[in-house]
Amino acid sequence: MKRCLIIDDSSVIRKVARRILEGFAFKVTEAADGRQALDECVKEMPDAILLDWNMPVMDGYEFLRALRAMPGGDKPKVVFCTTENDLAHIARAMHAGADEYIMKPFDKEIVEAKFQEVGLI
Amino acid sequence: MNAADYGFLCRFLKERSGFVLAQEKEYLVQSRLLPVARRNGLSDVANLVQALQTGASAALKTEVIEAMMNNESLFFRDKIPFDRLRDTVLPDLLKRREPVRQIRIWSAAASTGQEPYSVAMMIADRPEFAGWRIDIVATDISNDALEQARGGIYSQFEVQRGLPIQLLMHHFDQIKGEWRIKDRLRNMVQFRQLNLLSNFSALGQFDIVFCRNVLIYFDQPTKIDVLARIRRVTAEDGYLILGAAETMVGLGDTFVPVPDRRALYRPHPRDPAPVVRLVPDDARVA
Ligand SMILES: C[S@@+](CC[C@H](N)C(=O)[O-])C[C@H]1O[C@@H](n2cnc3c(N)ncnc32)[C@H](O)[C@@H]1O
Repeated sequence: MKRCLIIDDSSVIRKVARRILEGFAFKVTEAADGRQALDECVKEMPDAILLDWNMPVMDGYEFLRALRAMPGGDKPKVVFCTTENDLAHIARAMHAGADEYIMKPFDKEIVEAKFQEVGLI
Repeated sequence: MNAADYGFLCRFLKERSGFVLAQEKEYLVQSRLLPVARRNGLSDVANLVQALQTGASAALKTEVIEAMMNNESLFFRDKIPFDRLRDTVLPDLLKRREPVRQIRIWSAAASTGQEPYSVAMMIADRPEFAGWRIDIVATDISNDALEQARGGIYSQFEVQRGLPIQLLMHHFDQIKGEWRIKDRLRNMVQFRQLNLLSNFSALGQFDIVFCRNVLIYFDQPTKIDVLARIRRVTAEDGYLILGAAETMVGLGDTFVPVPDRRALYRPHPRDPAPVVRLVPDDARVA
């Protein structure tokens, strides 16, 4: 079973995303900010990460840079999922090593399409 | 809606677009046509039907047909056909068409443009096509859909299903929360209004025909007829690409599936050269 880490400071979004991803047979773990998420990744590196941008402690962009610098941190497919919907943010994220990008609001079909795109489904 | 009006609308649609309404779709007709009636100063669908029966303008007839169409489309819809295009069809045609360096592609029910633009994205910037002439002709019966296609503007929702983010970044500009295809790509596609029931031989010969998610609305004889006429504008060594859920089963043998390549078809080899008749025509036994 593939593991997906959902990183978002909104518990509502985490819940919605969890339901969608469990529907695609992922084993889901959650983190409310980048700091917590890094701890999770040290414990066990997930196969997929759904990543919000704006979070209070360590934002998604900083998290991604830290992740990609970690041993084994190149392995997870990282899909941003954020209200930062402008080209400049998208370009920065992709440059930092994101694999796909979801612009909120999202639904099941969009998550499915993006996860398929990077070979997770 | 009374049965006579519904029957009339079914025949009207079938004759003009091939569209076959399933049984008991009165509610669908009602909900699609009431706004058309109102826009034209008619109080309800019954009055609209009466107008159609007593010589409505061509514009009103078109409006009715367009209102009934399902224009849903997606970038890289079903994915597989586009993988086939990239991995099988284009490499093959790059070899075969080397002498002329020209490939002609037809999107026969292009709707709001996602299909021809997806094709264009697979060809744009590919160095192997440098110096080639690639025509992408995109047609649809619906002027509304074509107008949107020509504009090339899509919502955030529309660009997120099927379009990889790298292609979005590369081929679109962002304008106030919407996404607009760059001119470079827009200029690769020619859009034209065309009813598949009409004669389309004037479009010329094509190497690749996309005819996806439109035959499903037609009845069997219409499907067979349209496919036979598509066959006539498809190069002998060209390709037909159907929707992922469509097959040629029961539709004759104008096209045959490419083995192990779902969704991909080739023209049936033309009938062998006519055999020399030993008996003159007029001497044949009837
Ligand atoms: C569901 S869309 C398919 C779009 C695209 N090919 C795809 O697969 O995503 C069907 C399109 O067929 C068009 N259509 C229906 N009847 C037609 C006809 N007789 N001639 C040409 N186009 C027709 C409709 O206007 C509509 O845009």
